[in-house]
Amino acid sequence: MIHMPGLPFLASKDGATIDFSLLLIHLLMLAMLLAWGAVFVIILARFRRSRHPKAEYAGIKTRLAGWAEAGVVVAEAAMLVGISIPFWATRVNAVPGADQQPVEVRVVAQQYVWNVHYPGPDGKFGRTNALLVDDKAGNPVGLDRNDPAAKDDVIAVNQLHLPVNRPVIVHLTSKDVIHSFALPELRVKRDAIPGMTVDVPFTPTVTTAQFRNELKAEATRSYSEKPGGLADQLAAIDKRDYEIACAQMCGLAHYRMRGTLVVQTQDEFQKWLKEQSLRSSVVEETW
Amino acid sequence: MTSHSPSLPSKAERNPAAFSFRAALVSTDHKVIGILYGVTALTFLLTGFLIMMLMRWQLAYPGRALPGASALFGSNSARMPGGVMVPEFYYQLGAMHGTIMVFLAIVPLLVGAFGTYLVPLQLGAPNTAFPRLTRLGYWSYLAGGVVWLSSFALPGGAAQSGWTSYPPLSIIAGHGQTFWLIGMILIIVSSIAGAINMIVTIIQLRVIGLTYMRLPFFVWSQLVTAFLLLLAFPPLGAAGILQLMDRVVDTSFFLPSGLVVSGAALTANVGGQTIPRGGGSALLWQHLFWFLAHPEVYVLVLPAMGMVAEILANNARKPLWGYKSMVYGTIFLGVMSMLVWAHHMFLTGMGTVITAFFQATTMIVSIPSIIVLTALLASLWGGAIRFNTPMLFALAFLPMFGIGGLTGLPLGLAVTDIHLHDTYYVIDHFHYIVVCGTLSAIFGGIYYWFPKVTGRAMNERLGRIHFWSSLVLLNCIFMPMFIQGMAGVSRRLYDGGLSYAHAQPVLKLNVFITHAAFALALAQIPFIVNLLWSLRRGPRVEANPWQATTLEWAAASPPLAQGNFETPPVAHRGPCEYSVPGKDKDYTPQWEQ
Repeated sequence: MIHMPGLPFLASKDGATIDFSLLLIHLLMLAMLLAWGAVFVIILARFRRSRHPKAEYAGIKTRLAGWAEAGVVVAEAAMLVGISIPFWATRVNAVPGADQQPVEVRVVAQQYVWNVHYPGPDGKFGRTNALLVDDKAGNPVGLDRNDPAAKDDVIAVNQLHLPVNRPVIVHLTSKDVIHSFALPELRVKRDAIPGMTVDVPFTPTVTTAQFRNELKAEATRSYSEKPGGLADQLAAIDKRDYEIACAQMCGLAHYRMRGTLVVQTQDEFQKWLKEQSLRSSVVEETW
Repeated sequence: MTSHSPSLPSKAERNPAAFSFRAALVSTDHKVIGILYGVTALTFLLTGFLIMMLMRWQLAYPGRALPGASALFGSNSARMPGGVMVPEFYYQLGAMHGTIMVFLAIVPLLVGAFGTYLVPLQLGAPNTAFPRLTRLGYWSYLAGGVVWLSSFALPGGAAQSGWTSYPPLSIIAGHGQTFWLIGMILIIVSSIAGAINMIVTIIQLRVIGLTYMRLPFFVWSQLVTAFLLLLAFPPLGAAGILQLMDRVVDTSFFLPSGLVVSGAALTANVGGQTIPRGGGSALLWQHLFWFLAHPEVYVLVLPAMGMVAEILANNARKPLWGYKSMVYGTIFLGVMSMLVWAHHMFLTGMGTVITAFFQATTMIVSIPSIIVLTALLASLWGGAIRFNTPMLFALAFLPMFGIGGLTGLPLGLAVTDIHLHDTYYVIDHFHYIVVCGTLSAIFGGIYYWFPKVTGRAMNERLGRIHFWSSLVLLNCIFMPMFIQGMAGVSRRLYDGGLSYAHAQPVLKLNVFITHAAFALALAQIPFIVNLLWSLRRGPRVEANPWQATTLEWAAASPPLAQGNFETPPVAHRGPCEYSVPGKDKDYTPQWEQ
């Protein structure tokens, strides 16, 4: 199985379709460029003035151009109808139902942090109100603590914890300007737009620990080719996390609006959520 | 009709050296205004390029002092303290690079300079249909440019919300954004005036015998372009005025309710009362903006295709292959380009039906592009190709535009757009089209029509040096960006991706790209020298040095200041009758009996 070269590590279920589509479309592009380029070079060589001093008035009679165009139309239509539209209908735009026991989490972007809001063990998000927003008092999403459903809610900043192999729904919005919630390793990207909430479904398939092990194995494999201390490389990988990147320019510190995603086993995730819920306070990560 | 009587021109009027700045200020002659557009737009092109070089230094060496920056900006400049660029300045440069290049450089070169200068000549007309509208267009354009450039001197600097100016960011930004909107409204006035003028000129001022299917392909490309400008700019004009209202009188067209900016709710002061702002939509701007800005992409391409077609046919000494299919393809392209705008917005939470529609239209719009490109390629088959500088640039347009067009496919398909959206892949895609493609065509056009404008030829050797070095360096700059985009590196990052672990493997490419960009600047020196030297010392040429067939070559080089032609030409045949069997010379001009 060939992969599209140059892509980041893949750690989600639906990302495989995206990667496969990227490969297919680039193969199509390459074929078109090579075929077209070959004709171009042949023409330039064959019909240069020194070799072909007298031009012909009549144009070339060929059905080739028509067939090539028809081929491109068919290939594009196949990609569109066969992959892209169904993918949008069944994955991007289809939120998993309760029968699949999805993990639900709100992500509220702001200049320049990612606020993460978990419903806590009761599974219900507490009410929020823009007038209650107070970053300094540790209430960046405006959670109404008087609401019983809010009692066990968890707010985290710049870190998103998720269990592996369970469908996730991120309810994505923004407090101020437009941001874009990107998880490059999970092939997830969607704009966070103030005034509207967009549901972003995906399923992580590789825990952060597995991800680091894969990177380490890769570093060890390619070590002989690269000078430099392997130990240093491996130590750096121990700190490597999945990243939440902001992909839409959102202001002066847009370039460092970075969060981390930690993918854990179901048990680890439950344990983490319980701890946070007991504390019921903000987890601040400095960057 | 125009008031230009065919009075005999004085010697000073015929002599280009007598080009007087004072006369140019009040001129309504399409040639003078075309030259003004050309000179102004080339200056803006250089400005936009220098802005990009400052940014490229910061991307390659984030936080490192730029050598000579203190001489340029002062040692305690707020923009580059100690020679190191601050994020505020980076984002100003970013927004203004895009704005200047699109609205002040490339479109004015294609439409303002080449369009205004050449279309009346190719129609055999004495001037445009509305000469004073031509003048209004130029001065409004210049005013817009001056407003934009002067905004750098504001406290807080120029606009810094990207050339797309998405609200709410653009509404809470500093005064530079207000200037950006005012400048944009002036540019819109200029474009609409120019577009109306172009349409009426082409429909009304064709000489006897010049039927629609005898129009040079370049004229067709300008006609379709003018319709795009006329239809697409008014919505942006409306959007610009709405955003201006949001900024200066605290309306909320683009502000949804519940905004909390920097820890405080966004409010307006109405009659001494503080009320929360909101009730608008942030996405409305995006729809209005891209309703202009996608047709604008074709405005950036169609005239370039038109120029390339003229140069290719002339230097292959062959008629264009499938002229009619090219014309119909271009019209179809223009119509379809008005129906694809939301493919810039796949990730804004769009549903399946809407994405399906815009993906489908996007795939459909790729078909006429392929038809035109194929026709241009097929036009070369059986030719006797001469490789002069204009031809080299025109030929380079084909594969460069091809790469730019092909890389639009994975962005136009929503499934693959998820990973590539807002990455360097996008930047790269449109730079392959506009820089590697369109700018090549513009250079080819300058080398090709310079003899017509000045009566002198440009230097071939300098032209070839300019061509080959630019071609290689452009690809050195833009090829690596595909790799960065595929790795998922976002665009518009002040530190070029340094903050992100996933960007680390491809960061080194930034250094290579920046070096290539600086080398590309050096590669433009032969062009600038050639242009200035040939203006004074280039060898004199007669009316038709390329042995071409279209009507501009029937006029003297340069054409008469008053009325262009000694006697109005008559068109007897199609635009590119080269190598007609039974004729003793290999070109049969439109004006010959």
